[in-house]
Amino acid sequence: MTDTAVPVTSRKDWASDQEVRWCPGCGDYSILAAVQLLLPELGVRRENTVFVSGIGCAARFPYYLSTYGMHSIHGRAPAIATGLAVSRPDLDVWVVTGDGDALSIGGNHLIHALRRNVNLTILLFNNQIYGLTKGQFSPTSESGKVTKSTPFGSIDRPFNPLSLALGAEATFVARTHDMDRKHMMATFRRAHDHKGAAFVEVLQNCNVFNDGAFEGLTGRSQREEALIPLEHGQPIRFGHDGHLGVVLDGRTGSLTVAEVAEVGEDAVLVHDETRDDPGLAFLLARLSSSVDQPTPVGVLRAVERPDYGSLVNGQVEEVTARRGRGDLAALLRSGTTWTVD
Amino acid sequence: MSSTAERTPPRKLAGVVVRFAGDSGDGMQVTGDRFTTGSALFGNDLATFPSFPAEIRAPAGTLAGVSAFQVHIADHDILTPGDAPSVLVAMNPAALRANVADLPVGGTVILNADAFDERSLEKAGYEKDPRTDGSLSTYQVHEIPMTSLTIEACKETGAKPRDAERSKNFFALGLVSWLFGRPVEPTLAWIAERYAKAPVVVAANTLAFKAGYHLGETTELFESAYEVPPSVLPPGTYTNVTGNTALAWGLVAAAERAGLPLFLGSYPITPASDLLHELARQKQFGVRTFQAEDEISAAGAALGAAFGGSLAVTTTSGPGVDLKAETIGLAVSLELPLLVIDVQRGGPSTGLPTKTEQSDLLHAMFGRHGEAPVPIVAPRTPAECFDAALEAARLAVTYRTPVFVLTDASLANGAEPWRLPDVDRLPVIEANLTTEPNHVRADGTAELWPYLRDASTLARPWAVPGTPGLEHRIGGLEKADGSGNVSYDPVNHERMVRLRAAKIAGIASALAPVEVDDPSGDARVLVLGWGSTYGALAGAARRIRAGGLSVAHAQLLHLNPFPSNLGEVVRRYERVLVPETNLGQLVRLVRGDFLVDAVSLTKVQGTPFKVGEVEQAVLDLLAGLDDSPVPAAGVPPVVDPEELQ
Repeated sequence: MTDTAVPVTSRKDWASDQEVRWCPGCGDYSILAAVQLLLPELGVRRENTVFVSGIGCAARFPYYLSTYGMHSIHGRAPAIATGLAVSRPDLDVWVVTGDGDALSIGGNHLIHALRRNVNLTILLFNNQIYGLTKGQFSPTSESGKVTKSTPFGSIDRPFNPLSLALGAEATFVARTHDMDRKHMMATFRRAHDHKGAAFVEVLQNCNVFNDGAFEGLTGRSQREEALIPLEHGQPIRFGHDGHLGVVLDGRTGSLTVAEVAEVGEDAVLVHDETRDDPGLAFLLARLSSSVDQPTPVGVLRAVERPDYGSLVNGQVEEVTARRGRGDLAALLRSGTTWTVD
Repeated sequence: MSSTAERTPPRKLAGVVVRFAGDSGDGMQVTGDRFTTGSALFGNDLATFPSFPAEIRAPAGTLAGVSAFQVHIADHDILTPGDAPSVLVAMNPAALRANVADLPVGGTVILNADAFDERSLEKAGYEKDPRTDGSLSTYQVHEIPMTSLTIEACKETGAKPRDAERSKNFFALGLVSWLFGRPVEPTLAWIAERYAKAPVVVAANTLAFKAGYHLGETTELFESAYEVPPSVLPPGTYTNVTGNTALAWGLVAAAERAGLPLFLGSYPITPASDLLHELARQKQFGVRTFQAEDEISAAGAALGAAFGGSLAVTTTSGPGVDLKAETIGLAVSLELPLLVIDVQRGGPSTGLPTKTEQSDLLHAMFGRHGEAPVPIVAPRTPAECFDAALEAARLAVTYRTPVFVLTDASLANGAEPWRLPDVDRLPVIEANLTTEPNHVRADGTAELWPYLRDASTLARPWAVPGTPGLEHRIGGLEKADGSGNVSYDPVNHERMVRLRAAKIAGIASALAPVEVDDPSGDARVLVLGWGSTYGALAGAARRIRAGGLSVAHAQLLHLNPFPSNLGEVVRRYERVLVPETNLGQLVRLVRGDFLVDAVSLTKVQGTPFKVGEVEQAVLDLLAGLDDSPVPAAGVPPVVDPEELQ
């Protein structure tokens, strides 16, 4: 809150003195490293940075940062963070959540935080499993998944987190994964710099209860043919030498993956993350419904909208300017009054 | 027949209870509210009891759709909206049928005769016309064709009869204003202002009001008018205030006096929504209101704002408290200030959304998992809701704790004259935000230990984000005493559970002792109540004393912790009667805490206690004492002979 320049910091300045207690080999370690490495680069102050989480493995995240933080209740982090961000627009508020926390018990709070465009950076660690309760299926687990609570296979259909966020018309929607630090840092930086609600799905491996869930996408040997990196203003191509491209089928209104050599370069869709209509981003999010299909990563949507806190505080300022600062004695006399001598 | 000039002069009354009843679309709440304001300006003391259905527009003309507004005006200080009306204004047969049983023998009924057609009688469930079947023979009945007289009076406005007819509530208001000598000007001025955007409506309502007033003045319908002289109130500036408004203003005042911005997280719910409405209007005080997606988010956002240094509030009713329980539990663990306002209504579940009940006391007390004590404040009158907001904020901020404020539908919607306080003399709330580290590490660096407590209050530091050098993490997991780091150590857990309990229990030492109203000093029975039953209990005590007997009365404002002298007080009396509008909740706490054989008096009809009901229970208790001062046969309830009832 001072005018002096933001001090130069390094990763160690942003790490707390608490021992990290995730299972050895958990994907959360690499996400924590990416965040701790990014924070010194953002030009922000520790005291103005707050991490809020709910419950679950991911929710331990705030304990491992030397910022302000709150480890709250299951699913409620977006609600709690909303109150903080609206009442303290000077703060950088991050929400760290998981697939069960954000999409099951806290689904309502998530969609409304996104709908309102609250100035939050929301990182959803999606490992498609309940880890802290030792291995039940989650709302992103694939149908048929055998877990302790689904010994004959899950009959639930999973949520696609990005479809959900786009359905709520989130202004910033992105996906990254725990095997690519550089991509995580670039994506988190974009999310942080976005004014309004930024939603990032992080594909994260739970090596104890759902090991290798994303191996087909994020494994070093598979990545090139399985992940579709999105770059604003660029044709959406991937695979070795970009031999594959995403094509809009005008007749069916759907997206397909095609050999660029067959359809021609001009047929390949050019990515525009700033499109006002979230429809095309929704199609991109739906391009893949399992780890066996090529899956987009990067920023699907980034549009400008006034953020909720600015609108709330703008009304307060506008009314105060118009009426003058409130006078308590006058408030109490605002109804009919009479005097007894 | 006498001419107007020779009419009997107004009869003086010490007080009167008037009930306006009609269809929920008939404007009875507005009518009652205007009569109340007129009476307040005239200088009467008053108390009101609005009663309306949960449905916005129940089928017209049915019993389910009847809306009523009862107001008690007097020339002396009064405590309740009155046990029974002495004058009933019934705009249709359903309103008559739903209310007439409350009228004592000899009471006055003023009917809208135009509404008593066959179809309306049938809708109200009358097989025969009550005006002619003798069932009203014990009342003074005045049949007035209010609808047609209103339409006639409004002809000059050019309004269609269907529109003009809607002004008939102002006709009734005019008539009753004449009957009790209410001033005319304030109502006319109000009509002009309220409907300024629709000149035809102003004209119609004005003409209807005047027509009603003149009807009383010029006809022989009533033997005489009545006069309820002004009450002698302490000097000062007064306004008429409902509990919800007083509470909302109290929250604004608390934030001002604490130097903190006010944040309200809320979700619409009857009968608490008016708190959200009122605070949403007060942005010029820096008030931020957040209408959340649900009750959980409303509480969560408030808690987030509390973490950020706001005076944070969430307002709701019973069903919302159910949903907020986990957030309140987190606030207990985080030890952050959070005001939880519960405007109680009839339960369980959706229950009676618009009716009053005191059935959330044990819910507020114990409705969370784990050992999670929360202070509870329960204002006793509509005006006291203002002070209760300040008191609850003081406790929350001083002790870094969530605090419950329990009001109820009768306080929320009931109104009374309120002598306005001098705002500069309101208590100052010391927010005492932490700005400096309180601990030095082994390596010499200073840091904040978020759970290092103040020795006297046991409150922990409140260090808000944005404060350099005090970065810290808090959460719902058990934390180590002092450092606040996550700790699963069993002994530490026990210490923390006991510290949190001791902190709340310790509030008692700083509370004023409970005041006992025992003017003769020789009472053997204590009536102990809490919250909104104050008027009925104090009124019953007055009547008992008027009958030459003694009784003591105390009304708790603080329910957790209890004032430290309460144990001594309840043991001082031979019998303790605890009236509550629930099935006996305070009585359990009193019996459990103090091992006294307190007697419970309960009522769960969605309405407040009548003075007479409490009075009879006290008399019964007195009659059962050894060497009873009451004859064995009991005595009839004493009624105030000066009042028309």
